[in-house]
Amino acid sequence: MGDPVIQIRGLNVAYRDQQVLRDINVDIPAHQITAIIGPSGCGKTTLLRSMSRMAELVEGVRVWGQVIFDGRDIYAPQTDVTQVRRRIGLLAQRPFPLPMSIYDNVAYGPRLYGIRKRAVLDEIVERQLRAAGLWDEVRGRLHAPASALSIGQQQRLCLARGLAVEPEVLLCDEVTSALDPLSARQIESRLLELKASYSIVMVTHVLRQARRIADYVLFLYLGELVEHGPADEVFNHPRQAKTHAYIAGEFY
Amino acid sequence: MNRLNYLEERIFLGLMVISLVIVVGSLLMILATVVVRGAPALNLAMLTQTPRGGYYLGKEGGILNAIVGSLALAGGATVLSFFLGLAVALYLQVFIMDARLAHLIRLALDVLWGIPSIVYGAFGFTLMLWLGLRASLLGGIVTLTLLELPIVVRAIDEVLAMAPFELREASYALGATRLETAWRVLVRQSGPGLLTAMLLALGRGIGDAASVLFTSGYTDRLPASLWRPAASLPLAVFFQLGTPVPEVRARAYASAFVLTVIVLIISVATRSLTGRLRRHVIQ
Repeated sequence: MGDPVIQIRGLNVAYRDQQVLRDINVDIPAHQITAIIGPSGCGKTTLLRSMSRMAELVEGVRVWGQVIFDGRDIYAPQTDVTQVRRRIGLLAQRPFPLPMSIYDNVAYGPRLYGIRKRAVLDEIVERQLRAAGLWDEVRGRLHAPASALSIGQQQRLCLARGLAVEPEVLLCDEVTSALDPLSARQIESRLLELKASYSIVMVTHVLRQARRIADYVLFLYLGELVEHGPADEVFNHPRQAKTHAYIAGEFY
Repeated sequence: MNRLNYLEERIFLGLMVISLVIVVGSLLMILATVVVRGAPALNLAMLTQTPRGGYYLGKEGGILNAIVGSLALAGGATVLSFFLGLAVALYLQVFIMDARLAHLIRLALDVLWGIPSIVYGAFGFTLMLWLGLRASLLGGIVTLTLLELPIVVRAIDEVLAMAPFELREASYALGATRLETAWRVLVRQSGPGLLTAMLLALGRGIGDAASVLFTSGYTDRLPASLWRPAASLPLAVFFQLGTPVPEVRARAYASAFVLTVIVLIISVATRSLTGRLRRHVIQ
C-alpha cells in the first residue's frame, strides 16, 4: 500500500466513564475505500467520527491519542477544527439536508469559504450534483426546497454538499442504511467512482456491501481493532478467530 | 371490561368538551361584551382624531393618540426584545458550555415571566429617575422591552431546541463555526417559530397598562418624539372606564375593540408570513 492518508496512533475514546475505543493503531490507505466492520456497538461510528473531530460534539466524550493527517495531529491544541472538518468530510447515516433550497445546500460550504460570485457557485453546484449523480433529477428545480426530495435523493444531495467543500477524505457512516436497495446501489457506485479523487472510509454493518466495494478492511470488536488488512485477505483468509466467526455470520 | 373502557372514554371526552366550552365560551363573552358595548360609540372620528377639548365629557375627538402610541410602544419594544432575545437564546442553545448556568438562566427567565407588570413599571420608573428621564415614549419602550424579554427568550429557546441536532452536525461537518451554524442553519430552520415568539411578545406588550403607566405616561397628543410622553390603548381604556359619563365609558369598550382588532390583524398577517417561512423547514 502507498502512503497512508491518515495515521491513527494510540487513539482512545471514552464516553463519561466508559471506554468506547481502546488504543487504536492503524493506517488508512489513500485513494481506496476502507470499510470499518464489526458488530453493532463496537465503536465503528465513534472511530469514524473521531477522524474529523466530530466525536467530541457529543457531551461527555473524551478523546486522546493521535490522528495524523497531512503530517499533523488533528488533536494537537493549536489545530483549527473547522479546517480539519473541511478537509475530512463526513456523510451521516440519515441524510439531513439544510433548511434551504437544493442549490443553497450545495453552495453552503463554498459560501462559508467566501465564494460569492454567482457564476462560480453555479459551476460548483452543477459539477458536484453531477458527481453525486443527482443533476439530471434536479436540474429543473434547483431552487425548490431540499426537503421535497426523496430520501435517496437527499442522501445524494448530502454527498454533493460534502464534495462541494473539496475535502481530501470522505467519511461515510452507514450512508446506505436508511435507503432503499436501488438508492443504496446508486450511492455505492458513486463511491467507487469517487475513490479516484478521494480517500474514502466507510462504516457498514452490511458485510456484502463491504465485500462489494471495500479495498481495505478494519474489523472492530468491543472497542478494539482486532484485525485489519486488504479486503481480500481479511474476507478470505482472516488471521483472527473472532474475525473468522464474524465473517462467517456467527454473531452480529 | 369493554363497557368500562367505553364509559371511561365517554367521561374523559365529556370533560374535554366541557373545558373547551368554558374556554371558548368565556372568550366569546368577552368579545361580545366589547362589541355590544363599544359598537355604538365606534365611529370614524374615534379612529382618525385625537381627543379634543371636552372629549372626556363625551364631546368630540378620538383615540388616534392611543392607537399610534400603542403601535409605537409595542412595536419598538417587540423589535428590541426580539433581537436581544434571539441573541440570548442562541447563546443558551449553541454557545453556553456550563449546563448548570444555562439551567439557572432559564429558571431566572421563567420567574421574570411571572412577575406582575406593575413591578416592571416601577422598576422602569426608578431606572428613568436615575437616568434623569421623564415619562416618555423611550421610557415606555425600554420598560416594555424588559417585560417582553423573558417571553421572547424562552419561546425562541424552545423553538431552537426543537431543531434536530443532526442539522447542526451537518453544518459543523462542512467546517462551519458555531456562529455560522447558528445564524445560517438554526435561525432558518426556526423561522416560523421565531415569528410566533415575536407575536407572543407583541401580544403581551400591546395589551399591558401597568408597565407604561409611569414610564410613558399619557398624553392627548400624537407621539412626536422619543423624549415626550406617549398614550396607549390599555390606558385609554382604563381612564375612560373611570369617568362617570356613560358616553365615555362606551368609548372605553370601543377602544378595547380597536385594540382587539389590531392584535387580530397582526396575528393573521403573521400567520400568512409563517407559511412562507415554513417552505424550507426540515421535518
